[in-house]
Amino acid sequence: MQTFSGVGVAPGRVLGPVRQMPKPVQEPHANVNIPGDVTVESQAARVKDAAKAVQSELRARAATASGEGREVLEATALMAADPMLIKSAVKLLKPETPGGARTAERAVWEAAATVADTLKSLGGYMAERVADVLDVRARIVSELRGLPAPGIPASEEPFILAAEDLAPADTATLDPSKVIALITSGGGPQSHTAILARALGLPAVVAATGVDGIADNTEVYVDGAAGTIRVEPGEDLRIAAKAWATQASTLAAFTGDNALADGYRVPLLANVGTGADAVKAAAAGAEGVGLLRTEFCFLDRDTEPTIEEQIQAYGAVFAAFPGKKVVVRTLDAGADKPLPFLTNAEEPNPALGVRGYRTDLTSPGVLGRQLQAIAAAEAAHEAEVWVMAPMISTADEAAHFASLCADAGLKTPGVMVEVPSAALTANAVLREVSFASLGTNDLTQYAMAADRQLGPLATLNDPWQPAVLNLVKLTADGAATAAAASGHAKPVGVCGEAAADPALAVVLVGLGVTTLSMSPRALAGVAAVLKTVTLSQAQHLAHTALAAPSAAAARHTVREHLPVLNDLGL
Amino acid sequence: MPERTATIASRVGLHARPAAIFAEAAGELDLEVTIARQGEPADEAMDAASILSLMSLGAAQGDVVVLRAEGTGADEALDKLVKILETDHDAE
Repeated sequence: MQTFSGVGVAPGRVLGPVRQMPKPVQEPHANVNIPGDVTVESQAARVKDAAKAVQSELRARAATASGEGREVLEATALMAADPMLIKSAVKLLKPETPGGARTAERAVWEAAATVADTLKSLGGYMAERVADVLDVRARIVSELRGLPAPGIPASEEPFILAAEDLAPADTATLDPSKVIALITSGGGPQSHTAILARALGLPAVVAATGVDGIADNTEVYVDGAAGTIRVEPGEDLRIAAKAWATQASTLAAFTGDNALADGYRVPLLANVGTGADAVKAAAAGAEGVGLLRTEFCFLDRDTEPTIEEQIQAYGAVFAAFPGKKVVVRTLDAGADKPLPFLTNAEEPNPALGVRGYRTDLTSPGVLGRQLQAIAAAEAAHEAEVWVMAPMISTADEAAHFASLCADAGLKTPGVMVEVPSAALTANAVLREVSFASLGTNDLTQYAMAADRQLGPLATLNDPWQPAVLNLVKLTADGAATAAAASGHAKPVGVCGEAAADPALAVVLVGLGVTTLSMSPRALAGVAAVLKTVTLSQAQHLAHTALAAPSAAAARHTVREHLPVLNDLGL
Repeated sequence: MPERTATIASRVGLHARPAAIFAEAAGELDLEVTIARQGEPADEAMDAASILSLMSLGAAQGDVVVLRAEGTGADEALDKLVKILETDHDAE
């Protein structure tokens, strides 16, 4: 029985056949010598046949889709055999074309690139269709090469998706009723694959070297908590998967009012991006919103949204939580979330560049207008609105942000603690604002100097690293000192992925964190584990984790003391 | 050569679903139909059956385009295509 191990990023135990995500399509070589006996006509016929085949495949998929998905697939099917695209590709097959005759694959590649450039230059809606043209191109080239079509494989049966890593674009086409688990050879605990898995509630293991080589239809067992994948599972694992399925249905219910075994309240909040997310989060029992990611209202736009548009977007979230806390994070653009009107794509090191709160230095006004919009939306709704700035590094920045909030009439300013300097100077920072929220994804990336998307650095990029836990403790301790000095409570929450790990949630509470915010899917699991420990037990486990020599040792020791995790398959 | 002018009725302009409906209808004909913005030379007109060409034309609601076709049944075919362009498919 072969075993692969990686980093478990979303719990769950399932059994099923593997389907490999086809490798991304490689660009066909230019300047290939074309044998004398290959005629332009025969190549043109190949291009047309491949285009027709891709068109029928897309039409067949459109027939089984519904709503907007169906329209997109129908339009893409038309693009696949587009007469203009085929005509330009065929022209490139001819020896008299500048640059000489291309292979069929290369001709399709170049012809589609020209179309994509034209659409891109038109901007707006047309530019958004570039992805469709490039998707069609990849499909035709794969068809010409006799390779499977790129993208998530289509299947009648539910399957376990194996890949090197998933891109944000793949997430749009992932059907959660067909994909039952994700396993990747690359990616880290904070990669897109991991975030997607948590959002969909799919068991997932990342950075499991070799899983991208498992043959299609091989039956495997995935344990998303332990981070293991077993080929040819035995009867014991079949039973474990069945037990998980039963367990998962009982775990699904979280009723709000989360507390530890001794009654100590730790409100569990949700991370959301839109009004629709907020409605789902409220239905899942979230006691408020611990992180409203406002950039979703800004992404994919060439210009800043108007104040009116923003009021509407934020209001839709506030409306879902009347009388409850909603923590709004101001625009966090830059690094992996570039915005054409705000960030500079040419920065050599964008993670350390002008991002988050720092964009107020280069594009003053955008933040001020956003705060105005948040204040106006707050006035129109019943939610208790808190506002925090991302990427705050110093007490001066915190003070400046607090003054901007006061100008806008917002009463509860706060900061994200994700830069280690803010954690180290938490006492001074928290004297300027009312609360802090730990963004453990970036805090880990910066503390460990390890890019969160890189598979080879997955062990460094782990919020269980004792260095990261120490920064959490320093933040909580600094806030406590600031609270004692000012006479006002200075709560510290966590809104990073770490809060969704039930074992780590116990440690975070023990370190002094007062609220946890996570993907709504994780609420039930975290609540089920927290209610088995008292505050003093959590503090004891936190102490053990802090003293551990490594992330693996910290995780192992804490998990050993929480038998409920194994009972629940978490 | 028979030609017709048509005013784009769809709110989103000539792309997305309206463009797909139009390109599909033009592609089903046995004639070659071209489309150009009003005032542009006929030899720069594009293939009306190409959704990619229609999209790169970038015609918005209210823009006027010229359709041209030659051969048997051209008049009839053009009338049918004009009707498609002058229907607001988003309102359906």
